[in-house]
Amino acid sequence: MRYGYYPGCSLGSTAAPYDQSTKAIAKPLGLELEEIHDWNCCGATEYFSIQKTAAYALVARNLALAANQGGITQLTAPCSACYLNLRKTDNYMGKYPEINAHTNEALAAGGLSYKPGSLKVRHLLDVVVNDVGLDAIKEKVTSPLKGLRLAPYYGCLLVRPTLGEEVDDPEYPTHLDELLDVVGATVVDFPLKAHCCGGHMTQISADTAYELIRRILQNADEYKADAIVTVCPMCQLNLDAYQSQVNGHFGTSFNLPILYFTQIIGLAFGMKPKELGIGKEIVSASPLLSKIGAEVEEPEARPARRRRDDKSLPMPKI
Amino acid sequence: MTEKVGVYICHCGSNIAGQVDVEGLAKWAKENLDGVVVARDYKFMCSSLGQELIEDDIKNEGLTRVVVGACSPHLHEKTFRRACANAGLNPYLCQMASLREQVSWVTEDKELANTKAKALISGAVHRVQFQKELEAKEVPVNPNTLVVGAGIAGIQASLELADAGYQVYLVEREPSIGGHMAQFDKTFPTLDCAACILTPRMSDVGAHPNINLLSYSEVEEVSGYVGNFDVRLRKRARYINEDDCTGCGICIDKCPKKVIDDVFEAGLGYRKAVYRPFPQAVPKFPVIDTESCIYFERGTCKACEKFCPTGAIDFEQEDTLLDLNVGNIILATGFDLFDVRRIPQYGYGRLANVFTNLEFERLCNAAGPTEGKVVMRDGVTQPKSVAIIHCVGSRDVHYNEYCSAVCCMAALKFGHLVKEKTGAEVYSFYIDLRTNQKGYEEFYNRLLEEGMHFIRGRVAEVTDAARMPGEEGKLIVQAEDTLLGKQRRIPVDMVILMAGLESRADAHDVALKFGISCSMAGWFTERHPKLAPVATMTDGIFIAGTCQGPKDIPATVAQGAAASARVQSMITRGTVEIEPIVATIHEENCSGCRICNDLCPFNAIDFDEEKKVSVINQALCKGCGTCVAACPAQAISGAHFNNDQIFAEIEGLLYDAVSGNGAKAAEPAKESVPA
Repeated sequence: MRYGYYPGCSLGSTAAPYDQSTKAIAKPLGLELEEIHDWNCCGATEYFSIQKTAAYALVARNLALAANQGGITQLTAPCSACYLNLRKTDNYMGKYPEINAHTNEALAAGGLSYKPGSLKVRHLLDVVVNDVGLDAIKEKVTSPLKGLRLAPYYGCLLVRPTLGEEVDDPEYPTHLDELLDVVGATVVDFPLKAHCCGGHMTQISADTAYELIRRILQNADEYKADAIVTVCPMCQLNLDAYQSQVNGHFGTSFNLPILYFTQIIGLAFGMKPKELGIGKEIVSASPLLSKIGAEVEEPEARPARRRRDDKSLPMPKI
Repeated sequence: MTEKVGVYICHCGSNIAGQVDVEGLAKWAKENLDGVVVARDYKFMCSSLGQELIEDDIKNEGLTRVVVGACSPHLHEKTFRRACANAGLNPYLCQMASLREQVSWVTEDKELANTKAKALISGAVHRVQFQKELEAKEVPVNPNTLVVGAGIAGIQASLELADAGYQVYLVEREPSIGGHMAQFDKTFPTLDCAACILTPRMSDVGAHPNINLLSYSEVEEVSGYVGNFDVRLRKRARYINEDDCTGCGICIDKCPKKVIDDVFEAGLGYRKAVYRPFPQAVPKFPVIDTESCIYFERGTCKACEKFCPTGAIDFEQEDTLLDLNVGNIILATGFDLFDVRRIPQYGYGRLANVFTNLEFERLCNAAGPTEGKVVMRDGVTQPKSVAIIHCVGSRDVHYNEYCSAVCCMAALKFGHLVKEKTGAEVYSFYIDLRTNQKGYEEFYNRLLEEGMHFIRGRVAEVTDAARMPGEEGKLIVQAEDTLLGKQRRIPVDMVILMAGLESRADAHDVALKFGISCSMAGWFTERHPKLAPVATMTDGIFIAGTCQGPKDIPATVAQGAAASARVQSMITRGTVEIEPIVATIHEENCSGCRICNDLCPFNAIDFDEEKKVSVINQALCKGCGTCVAACPAQAISGAHFNNDQIFAEIEGLLYDAVSGNGAKAAEPAKESVPA
């Protein structure tokens, strides 16, 4: 399976472990990730609010480069913001002729052009879950993450806005849950799984961002998660790097490691933590590593018989 | 052509005359169209004076064809055909042009309206001269009726027919009749208990000599036509011999297997593997559920058989097929509840104390799993605060756009019951409150006085993730209060989701089986939304209750009675006229390719194996013309829509473009010559 790979700026700096772990698991997963030559920044979340044509052109340049790079039809991005920008630009250029015309005019200045729809933009998580497939991943798991309680955190940009052909439910997605289940971890119910991490609000209004980060950490903590698993460098940075500030601000004492889903897959494949960039995080993941493989009591195979005096009502099936 | 055509232009008050020069049009027709001997205009052609005008002309002027330019033939074709028949002219020699629906109502420019009106009249005048005399056929009506579905609609329809002295076959899929209404606790706005008013009707059905009750049965096949339907039923094996069973219920007591009852108890209670959905079930005979029965799973147990005092248990019983002939069919197949799991942010299935409206009905019901105690999922604790979320799956572009019609009132009823039984605070999250029937608004006022809180806003999510003090351990309902313009978070103990009504999951298949149509959402389509609400486009098939669209119990009962009245009038008349506008296959041209057999939407075409030709059952044929168009050998002709008639009509419509047709050809547009 061959994909154009758009790492985005974060993966070269704060999210280097994401890049490292992605490349480490690509081979066993059978993914051929071909980096787009001379790619540029996607403009992140703000640029579209400042100058539309330039913002679309900035993103479309990457699309144009990818589409011209020898037979690439699918473009994957590990960062949710990059993924959204690439997907939105492709989608809007197809939907709105005016945006298409302006953007291509701008691209022409650099001798490029892009025909909307020529690439299918996919998030790395979608590629792993739906193209590689959960069964194939399950087969490759050598050290199941038994006893590890993980909170699946999707963030807001992966599943919103709906542009058609959605991968998962925008309000309560579950495909990361399924992946974590397959690698042997215990997935905790995580009601805030698709809520915002604050994004760049840490730079604009720190108090607002701290509150958003606190909610997510607290919710994972309440469900006794050992770690939060993310699919986005922004989410990882906010939850990890600002955790001590949040603790100071609210007088809390959260100590939750924040890992990328690619690192989790790598661990389940028996790779060394160092190969996966684990150790570079700010809230250390080492307590979690020692838990892997620890013996835990298996729940009884048969549900206990209902006691005669049990008055509780049955739960609906999901 | 030697026909004498009369043309009649209706003013329809100002409906047509306001936009079309009706006098001028009549004059133009007389002067320009071949065959027209009389052309008149009149204020209301459909009035008796208008009709007499036509009748007199037929008698005095010797008209052989009539064209009426008025409204859509859907409305008055019958009227004018009857007028012709009264004057001794075959009614199929009358043709209508729709000057109202197709011209005056939809054309803003008067000049264009006049041009279009001329085209339509010209088309009709051309066509009518090719029309042939046709005779309607009369067939007898079998006085027996099939009613499908024994909820309150089917029960009402059956009782009305049976009381009038006619035989009814009442078919129900579930082991007992009663439908959704049997599951409910109280009914709005009067708060009388559903069982108290329903169960007497149910036992009437069970005891009625004219009602043949076929529960645990389904319709397999339907063929035939109005007055004479052949129906094949599958009576599923109950594994209990109905002739021997006394309904004592010992088998149920002795059965060791308990399973969750997903149907009657809405998943909130348990039943045995051999069960009766509820104590007042009609018929009283239990059913063995083979999916959960230990004997069917492992081959041993038979506790029920050992203890049955009359030896009524029969593990070898098989489904039986039953063939019936009936004259009319009433469909009353009801609704399914919207599956609230489709809106995961409301937490149903994850958060224990989120309930559906149907679950809550069972919770309130004195015969339900908690004996009427309003408690949380642990079965013991009373809630101190309850949120009711309206429009779950309704009025939502992502799910169903329509309003489910009953949820607002049911929510008010729930509010009252919660307050009465627990004294808890009740918060209703609504979009609009719709209380538009007799006594409903008064009930709403009553709840306002009882102190139910109303918050106008669609709920964003129900979560157990506490954020603020006082939220711990609660379910937090977050919504924008659109009257305040503020986000609100209300912590509560229990949430009730007012799931909307959806058509039955198999509604499209059922519609196909009975040859009727349904909307995209699966609701069966009535013949006319106002004037024929319980009839369908298929003669002899009627619909009643929620299978036609969401409605409450009073409206459902009214439709059940209405459908029965329609059937009674068919039975009393004794015969029914069948439209002669049907297709005919000319055997000598038919190659026996059978292309038409599968295309026919009414299953009216069979294959004659001996002659190797297809044959149309004229009683079933609706004259739609699909087969006529599809036949590669042109071996099929459609009466009233043959090639001569259609080409003549097209030629007439194009009167200003076709020369030599009697109408003065419009001057050809001058070609612009480049300078």
